[in-house]
Amino acid sequence: MLASFILVLSLLVAMYSTLIERKVAGWFQDRHGPNRAGPWGLLQPLADGAKLFFKEEFMPLSADKFLYILGPSLTMFIALLTSAAIPWGPDLIINGAAYPLQVADVNIGILYVFAILSIGVYGIMIGGWASNNKYALLGAVRASSQMISYELAMSLSIITIVMMTGSLSMREIVAQQQGFNWNIIYQPLGFLIFLICAFAETNRAPFDLPECETELVGGYHTEYSSMKLGFYLFAEYINMFISGAVMATLFLGGYHFPGLDKLGLSPNVFAFVSFMVLFTKITLFGFIYMWIRWTLPRFRYDQLMKLGWKSLIPLAILNVVVTGVVILLNQ
Amino acid sequence: MTFWERIYFPAILNGMRITFGHLFRRKTTVQYPEVKREFSDIYRGKHVLKRDDEGRERCTACGLCAVACPAEAITMVAAERKPGEEHLYREEKYATVYEINMLRCIFCGDCEEACPKEAIFLTKEIVKSEYERGKFIYGKAELVEPSDPARRIDISKRQTPEVLAFKKNKKFKHNK
Repeated sequence: MLASFILVLSLLVAMYSTLIERKVAGWFQDRHGPNRAGPWGLLQPLADGAKLFFKEEFMPLSADKFLYILGPSLTMFIALLTSAAIPWGPDLIINGAAYPLQVADVNIGILYVFAILSIGVYGIMIGGWASNNKYALLGAVRASSQMISYELAMSLSIITIVMMTGSLSMREIVAQQQGFNWNIIYQPLGFLIFLICAFAETNRAPFDLPECETELVGGYHTEYSSMKLGFYLFAEYINMFISGAVMATLFLGGYHFPGLDKLGLSPNVFAFVSFMVLFTKITLFGFIYMWIRWTLPRFRYDQLMKLGWKSLIPLAILNVVVTGVVILLNQ
Repeated sequence: MTFWERIYFPAILNGMRITFGHLFRRKTTVQYPEVKREFSDIYRGKHVLKRDDEGRERCTACGLCAVACPAEAITMVAAERKPGEEHLYREEKYATVYEINMLRCIFCGDCEEACPKEAIFLTKEIVKSEYERGKFIYGKAELVEPSDPARRIDISKRQTPEVLAFKKNKKFKHNK
């Protein structure tokens, strides 16, 4: 029940993220953005979806048919998997029984999320490789090296959180950030590193080298059309949503908001309000994603690698060491 | 570069501040079908072939507009007025065919300036888009203004006293 709700929610959010992205892009450039399909352009995602479905389904002759279809399917599948480990709110009480607002409370939640995120690169790699196109292949190679490089710094910045909370369970991490005890206050550097890496992991500007229109036509999805292309684009927005949720959970106190638990709301209302708090935080991250995209130009490839390996990873290691020392001294 | 310049963050934050400011700027878009952009009164758009006060065509097919046209968009065929056609044509000679190729026209207004009979003017109307190239060759049917007084096209904004004075000045070659 909850799982299907979150599935539908992720898809809906991804749909409307495309509209919001275009709206925000317009506002940043002193334009209105799409406003013709329905009031305020609200039907634009439906129109886009219908368009993608009716587009010609093109497959290059020399493409590997199985892998070519597997690529976008895998990307979409993996993008949707991550949301399972995220705690969306406190327990719902129905007929005296408590229902946790989390699909799977695995005690190694963080590991699960990172494991799934690492598989994410396969969708892009397989798709780019199976297209049998040089641009697609270059995009795919870029994507894989970029994601592998930034995953290191990302995991290292998370280790500090794990050290502080002493748990790998997402639920436990959120529980420890109750009130205004948010991790971002103790780990600002870790948060910054995680944020930068999240941009790189989701292939968003300024790290959108895998699709880099100016050099690689469309990057890994050059040869894709119709809804297969739609899946790739969609998965990017789902990834944005999920990474926003992960960041909110790990650093911004998840569904906690200072003073909210003292209002004395009934459990179910409290659960709903908490969920909305989390959702607001995720929306904030979504906006930051777009804000950055329409502000910064794309990195050059060597700059990207230099930033990842020579700045972020040493900083993350330093952060781990400092955190360890502080924890030891406080014992 | 100093340390602060090398870590880029102040520059990035400054850039984000600038883009954020643009969120609340007035949008420059003109919402076309609902709002139409204000055209200047002396906008140079589609041509009109004027009639005089009695509804007779002013054009005498002298061909000066065609000569003045830098894009060579204007062609015409002249004919002599027959007895009994005095209520249709003002001069003894008139244009049976008068065509402007709107794809060639650059809307410079030289035809209007060259015309000794105040017959051709550019208007605020814009040339409509078409699906076929042939339809852009406008003949007399599209160009001559309706003779019905209520539907006459007002060109007084383009025919200012200054313009009239300029046209009377014989020292300019094309006014002779």
